[in-house]
Amino acid sequence: MDAYCSQPVQEALIDERQSSIVTKGKSKGHISCTSDSIAGAVSQRACVYCGARVVLNPVTDAAHLVHGPIGCAAYTWDIRGSLSSGPEMYRNSFSTDLGERDVIFGGERKLAACIDEIVAMHRPPAIFVYSTCVIGVIGDDIGSVCREASQRHGIDVIPVESTGFRSGNKIIGYRAAADALLKLIQPGEEAVKPTRKVNFLGEYNLGGEKWVVERYMRDIGVEVNVAFTGDSTVARLKQAPRACLNLVQCTGSMHYVARRMEEAFGIPYIDVNFFGADNTAESLRKIAEFYGEDAKNRAEALIGREMARIGPSLRKYREKLAGKRAAIYVGGAFKASAIIRQMKELGMEVVLTGTQTGKKEEYEKLDGMLSDGAVIIDDANPAEIEMFLREKKVDVMVGGVKERFLAYKLGVGFVDHNHDRKECLAGFDGAVNFAREIYRTACSPVWKHVKKGVKP
Amino acid sequence: MLECIPTRKVEHTAGKINPAKACQPLGAMYAALGIHGCLPHSHGSQGCCAYHRMALTRHFRDPIMASSSSFTEGASVFGGAANLKASIKNVFKIYNPEIMAVHTTCLSETIGDDVPTIIKQSEVPEGKIVIHANTPSYVGSHVTGFSNMCKAMVSYLAESDGRAKKERVNILPGFVNPGDMREIKRLVRELGVEMTVFPDTSNVVDAPLTGRYEMYPEGGATVAEIRDSGNSKLTLALGAWSSEAAGALLQEKCGVPCVPLKIPIGLKATDEFIMALKDGFGVPVPRSLTIERGQVVDTLIDTHFHYQGKKVAVVGDPDLVIPLTEFLLTMGMVPAYVMTGTPGQRFESEIQQMLDEAGIKDGVAKAEGDLFELHKWVKDNPVDLLIGNTHCKYIARAEDVPLVRFGFPIFDRAVHYLMPVVGYRGCLRLIEQISNALLERRDRDCKDEDYELIL
Repeated sequence: MDAYCSQPVQEALIDERQSSIVTKGKSKGHISCTSDSIAGAVSQRACVYCGARVVLNPVTDAAHLVHGPIGCAAYTWDIRGSLSSGPEMYRNSFSTDLGERDVIFGGERKLAACIDEIVAMHRPPAIFVYSTCVIGVIGDDIGSVCREASQRHGIDVIPVESTGFRSGNKIIGYRAAADALLKLIQPGEEAVKPTRKVNFLGEYNLGGEKWVVERYMRDIGVEVNVAFTGDSTVARLKQAPRACLNLVQCTGSMHYVARRMEEAFGIPYIDVNFFGADNTAESLRKIAEFYGEDAKNRAEALIGREMARIGPSLRKYREKLAGKRAAIYVGGAFKASAIIRQMKELGMEVVLTGTQTGKKEEYEKLDGMLSDGAVIIDDANPAEIEMFLREKKVDVMVGGVKERFLAYKLGVGFVDHNHDRKECLAGFDGAVNFAREIYRTACSPVWKHVKKGVKP
Repeated sequence: MLECIPTRKVEHTAGKINPAKACQPLGAMYAALGIHGCLPHSHGSQGCCAYHRMALTRHFRDPIMASSSSFTEGASVFGGAANLKASIKNVFKIYNPEIMAVHTTCLSETIGDDVPTIIKQSEVPEGKIVIHANTPSYVGSHVTGFSNMCKAMVSYLAESDGRAKKERVNILPGFVNPGDMREIKRLVRELGVEMTVFPDTSNVVDAPLTGRYEMYPEGGATVAEIRDSGNSKLTLALGAWSSEAAGALLQEKCGVPCVPLKIPIGLKATDEFIMALKDGFGVPVPRSLTIERGQVVDTLIDTHFHYQGKKVAVVGDPDLVIPLTEFLLTMGMVPAYVMTGTPGQRFESEIQQMLDEAGIKDGVAKAEGDLFELHKWVKDNPVDLLIGNTHCKYIARAEDVPLVRFGFPIFDRAVHYLMPVVGYRGCLRLIEQISNALLERRDRDCKDEDYELIL
């Protein structure tokens, strides 16, 4: 791909950004990450509110009320592909729609009125109230408004401290969401009756992924109590303290919750990962280990059966994809490492990896998975992504909505591993789906037309 | 959403449920993309910028570039001046645009950043330009934001050299798709009138794929063109909400008379647009356009019985919905509910006047509404057809009403932004979509024995 770029390459890099990009085998020292983005950068990052919203939004029967001007509610309305097996309340967008007068005189009364209206209309079991930038500045006390509303209506009205400007890093927002969840699941007077069930933390049921994993668990005799927060309901979440084990999938958003639950309820946790066949098998073995001999036998049987079933399909795709060069730019390092592994299973080479919110130790782990010459990048901007896509002659990119069309413009195939994905990518079937998605885009005949054309 | 609309009577007065609008900065960003070589800049938290880029990217299926001041806690306490100055320096150093269009957000407005002063104090490289618009999200809607950025283009750039005006028209196209802007330009070219269209997002957000990535595609009105717009003979401001303010300012600042018009959607609005050019420049209407118009009338006659008397609910931006409603009346349909999320009483009175003139008794017009309310209306009194953006698909499914997608955003169907709904060709497309949606429904719902070859 002899594409040409609109900017000279060396200028695509901001001096301050040099330390956020490392090349395996060449760079000395550590990657610099978790810092704020530079003013004036075209960053692919978002804000605290965004982080909180994506974690909590899948709670299906709660009303999600965004306290602020209309924008924050409008842009996050139903953009997360989390599926529900029942209630659809979470697909509505509630906003206090603050106007100029509210900003001047405070929005607390309007917030209370909106909560009252939602209760009168729907009587949801819980309302999450998200604060936004303006709220942080004008100082509305959403905590006390929520507390009073809670008492007035006898339901959980939970403030989410997600004022956007607190950081450009979604992690802070994950923390705000986690605190709201912990508040929700805090048991009342009655004693917690332990069960043999597991909670599945950091699973958002995109494309029905939670349901796939749940089926595997059932197969090995393990019951899922509730997922945080995919296809969850308020009542199910309140049962969370009764589990005997927490599985943590999306580490960025849920490690903190797992640790807090261990402190409060003595529930141990293990990290799992259901992206890719090998990861799925490994995770099932880990879980079975916890449950003992019978579960272990059943897990082995399941893994053997499933691997045999999907083997031919994966081999077929591997033949087509072997040697193709891939780039990955996703939100968190957990996802990045899972995708790297899958790419390797398909015989592909990962030449560029980046995340919006990776931590130093996570990057070190990623570094260990890649071969020399691969680039690792934190908080990339489009100019950098563009530069490396060309320099590394990438065939296919995995990312989110903002990277999709950048890749396309450069004649690079693309698979969405973010909000906009509609395919189930988890578990054994998900591994096949992912391979099919990669194949569909990397081996499509459409790329042939990029270079052809009529002579002027 | 499907089961979330109560069947009983409910009171909904506080806040919004399922908004029919977005906030100002989104429109400002879109308008700025209509200047050639422009990088829009969001002066606020990173989230806003990411959201606006995401919304525009999903609708246009193109990369949308914009930078952000990346506010943090410090900026919110001490003001965003340092962030904006650093941004201006970095943007020109790294991304090297011709012009940077700064818009504010609710955060920077609330803390009271004095943006013009900060820009004056910033280091702007020789020959480069920074403009700004105040776009707090707690005022107006994305349409207002678009309008404010258009106004900023005029106030920062447009100049008059005091000599005789050039035989040229300025066209402010309003918040429409690049396909519509392209069609508007074609109509003007057919009439043989020289023009300056700004903002012009055609060939920017629908740039062709060449295997190269251009951060600043070849489309967009150049700074020089916008500057010279002060020397044009006439301005046509299409759409009261999105274009009138900039047109009025151009008249005041440079003495260019401004004719406010509807966005040319439908037969009547397109006629008015063409007549305004004919009268303004004394050009004859070419036969090619008479033929195009004749084809629309012919098609209306050929298809009228498919949609005659059907009840329709319409929701969208005011500048699009007003002429669309006019066209629906031309077609003989019955607009039962007409809504916009954007504030402005003028919307209600204009629609009401149209309905009155057409003798439609119980039509409802509402500004600053939301989709919850529209859904409730449709649930209580069903309609035959729904016209609106992608968000309406849930209403369509819940109430089993066909949906014609129109306006912004459209996230779930392809090619919309390339296909014009303006001009005579736009009329044909609307007739096609409306007829076919109703005919598809008829085929789907009829009994086996009524399933016919010819409809």
